[in-house]
Amino acid sequence: MKYRIKSYLILLTLMVLPIMTAYAQGEQSEEKGGVHLKEILFGHVQDSYQWHITDFNGKPVIIHLPMIFYSQTSGFHVMCSSQFEHEPNSELLREGPDGFYIQGAEDEKGRIVEKVGSELQPVCFDISITKQVCVLFIDAILLLICILIPARWCKTHKVDDPAPKGFTGMMHMFIMSTYNDLIKSTLGEKADKYAPYLLTCFFFIFTANLMGVMPFPPGGGNITGNIAVTAFLALCTFLLTNVTGNGHYWREIFWPEVPTWLKCPVPLMPIIELFGVFIKPIVLMVRLFANMLAGHAIAISLSCMIFIMFALGGWMGNLLGGVITPVSVLMSIFMMFLELLVCYIQAMVFTLLSAIYINMSHSHAE
Amino acid sequence: MTSLAILMAADALAKLGATVGGGLAVIGAGIGIGKIGGQAMDAMARQPEMQSKLQSSMIVAAALVEGATFFTLIISILALFV
Repeated sequence: MKYRIKSYLILLTLMVLPIMTAYAQGEQSEEKGGVHLKEILFGHVQDSYQWHITDFNGKPVIIHLPMIFYSQTSGFHVMCSSQFEHEPNSELLREGPDGFYIQGAEDEKGRIVEKVGSELQPVCFDISITKQVCVLFIDAILLLICILIPARWCKTHKVDDPAPKGFTGMMHMFIMSTYNDLIKSTLGEKADKYAPYLLTCFFFIFTANLMGVMPFPPGGGNITGNIAVTAFLALCTFLLTNVTGNGHYWREIFWPEVPTWLKCPVPLMPIIELFGVFIKPIVLMVRLFANMLAGHAIAISLSCMIFIMFALGGWMGNLLGGVITPVSVLMSIFMMFLELLVCYIQAMVFTLLSAIYINMSHSHAE
Repeated sequence: MTSLAILMAADALAKLGATVGGGLAVIGAGIGIGKIGGQAMDAMARQPEMQSKLQSSMIVAAALVEGATFFTLIISILALFV
């Protein structure tokens, strides 16, 4: 009987909570029309010349990153991105020193263009340290630290020594489980030859995914959601499978063991197999890119739902905002757990498929 | 008159197409992953000692099916924002 009353009271409090938040919000008025979800979303997942961490007391906290580029008319330039104007002028150009502009809206990557005479010419070689390059460096350093410490343990201990404890023990378990379950079970006795590449692939993708999901620095940058990074990883797999493919592999592509009418006058099967050679790495690339981009978009959108509801204005907006806050928080927690799982699964699927392709490229006649 | 109205709403039509396409893609993913999960459950119930192997195979197959879905997602994003 007592428990019943207690549960009713808890339920009543929970129902009153959104209405209370609506009253509290009713005091401050929203002068901004709406929350620009598209800008927030693309600001988080896209590259940019400065690292916008957060807004503190209304002022943005930005780390300005160096810009290094080579223009055909005036040679190498190294400058800081704070030297460029924050707001674009009427032609959507942000002005900077020496006649260079960044084309595009604020906080977007844009292109560096130069005013030659009266027309705008993009600079031909841009190797600036943008936000994603910075995160790439941070990820690489973190990965080197996490892998080289257990490697050092292996060098200074013999095989018969008792197992290591703590961080080294955990990394050992992780690396050996990846090696045994993903690489050795697929490749068999060729595992040792390709294990360095495949293990690097797995741990790099896993680290990069995790750092992209973290909302604060040194995480916060989203590199596997950038198609250039995943394209390079897929290119590595493509080169490895095709450069080390043996004769039987190429014979299976250009003269597969199918009925002759599929091969001889019009080479149907060879063309399909050749498409397959290119499509498999492309699919690897798009799978990783889309999973990471979609995950980040969902996480950011769920959090922004609260702000959108509150920005609707009036008592309706405040009530909706209050009601949707617990829903959004719970869903965000659930999505974050799912994101962690997806980070691991995507790294695992990329490595497993690369191992399978490498195994297929070393096939023997049966 | 209606065709003129449709022509003027081209931007909105692109958004409509993108969202409907996204919904259709999720139907395919739901059916595929549902079948994989269901048959994995059946197999795990028949042979409980193979459970961990079946579980990892199920996850891999689900990731492959989801990869196909995400192709459509990318096309929808392109239609909405580009």
